[in-house]
Amino acid sequence: MKAAAFAYARATSVGNALQLLETYGERAKVLSGGQSLMPAMNLRLVSPELIVDIGELAELRGISVSGGVVRIGALSRHVDLLKSPDIAEHAPLLAEAIAHVAHPAIRNRGTIGGNLAHADPASELPACMVALKATIVVRGPAGERRVAAENFFTGIYETDLSARELLISVELPMAGKNSAHFFHEFARRRGDYAMAGLAAQAIVEEGAFTDLRLVFFAVGDRPVLAKVGSGLLGRAVTPAELATASSALGKELDPQDDQQASASMRRHLAKVLLARGLSALLGRPDLHAGVRA
Amino acid sequence: MIVPLSISLEVNGERVDADVLPRVNLADFLREHLQLTGTHVGCEHGVCGACTVRVNGEIVRSCLMLAVQTHGASVQTIEGLSDSGEIADLQDAFRDRNALQCGFCTPGMLMAAQDLLKQQTEPDREQIREHLSGNYCRCTGYQAIIDAVETTARGRRTA
Repeated sequence: MKAAAFAYARATSVGNALQLLETYGERAKVLSGGQSLMPAMNLRLVSPELIVDIGELAELRGISVSGGVVRIGALSRHVDLLKSPDIAEHAPLLAEAIAHVAHPAIRNRGTIGGNLAHADPASELPACMVALKATIVVRGPAGERRVAAENFFTGIYETDLSARELLISVELPMAGKNSAHFFHEFARRRGDYAMAGLAAQAIVEEGAFTDLRLVFFAVGDRPVLAKVGSGLLGRAVTPAELATASSALGKELDPQDDQQASASMRRHLAKVLLARGLSALLGRPDLHAGVRA
Repeated sequence: MIVPLSISLEVNGERVDADVLPRVNLADFLREHLQLTGTHVGCEHGVCGACTVRVNGEIVRSCLMLAVQTHGASVQTIEGLSDSGEIADLQDAFRDRNALQCGFCTPGMLMAAQDLLKQQTEPDREQIREHLSGNYCRCTGYQAIIDAVETTARGRRTA
């Protein structure tokens, strides 16, 4: 189908974009890369009165590193992240995850800001933000505020962002010493939405976790920071403990049924990811080998 | 009252000035305003890849971009790549390998395959599959397409 008629404004500055959003509120939609908004408009799932195109705002571009923080401008495209030496070095989890986001032609347009503001529960990037303890920087009529990624995603396509605010950038703490990451997802087709995925960031010292953030996606209405992670800190994980954690994870998750996968299948896949993830993070093939999820 | 906006861009090396409504996507603009019907419209929501074109040298889905967003941009379509001879060898390989049947996906496949071949001189079959994963073909079963891209890459290395 084709998008319904709308008016179009090319924002000339962040201030200008915010003024337009202030005037139009819920009747306006921000156009960044358009790779989620345009399909939704073409399918007539959304029909905004005004499109505010922020694509020309140079101040929202760029990836920089300083003071232990990686700052990513909202308009950074997936391809920019994929090719960035800074991301590869300081946020390798994100670099690995990006390769799973759709296809080259989509990655050439889609932006991190657009992806996070869209908040698709099956998307890789919101989960990475939670795993990496990212801060989402948002600007609105009352000025700038900073939101922890954990609190930013509030439901299916829902975030803490109001209709009068713009996502400006995200800030990630640099991956430190002894940090380890794991990313994997199961999808029906390459580049398609995940049926279940895991983005994990950890600190491993002498074979034990001192920090572990296991964030599952496509198994709930938002990225799920698994509680079982905190029970695995500070000691060598045994196959028996993994089995216990796996069963606890199954109870913790409440996945949805849809045409891609049933809830029980998603739960099963999440357990498989848990075993693979812990085994990879600790460099312990024995853990995975001994467990049937 | 929504009024058409004036845009000015380059399409296949030629300057184009037009007035378009904001809701017109790039694929429809190319096909209906410029009669460049080699760009095909399949799913209209970014899944099938049939509408793939180049904008400023990078492949994009033309159904997921508004024509007004291409103001000041350089757009290349399958007609441009074909007429310039840039992909003549790739087109020959598609024909020789029977890498098309109905031909609906072919313009998008050629755009995506050429994008890969520009970035990598020696892609293996897995990398070819990965790069073409966003382009659906309902006829060939893909193997012949991958053969054609592999053959073209080999031909360009020895040329």
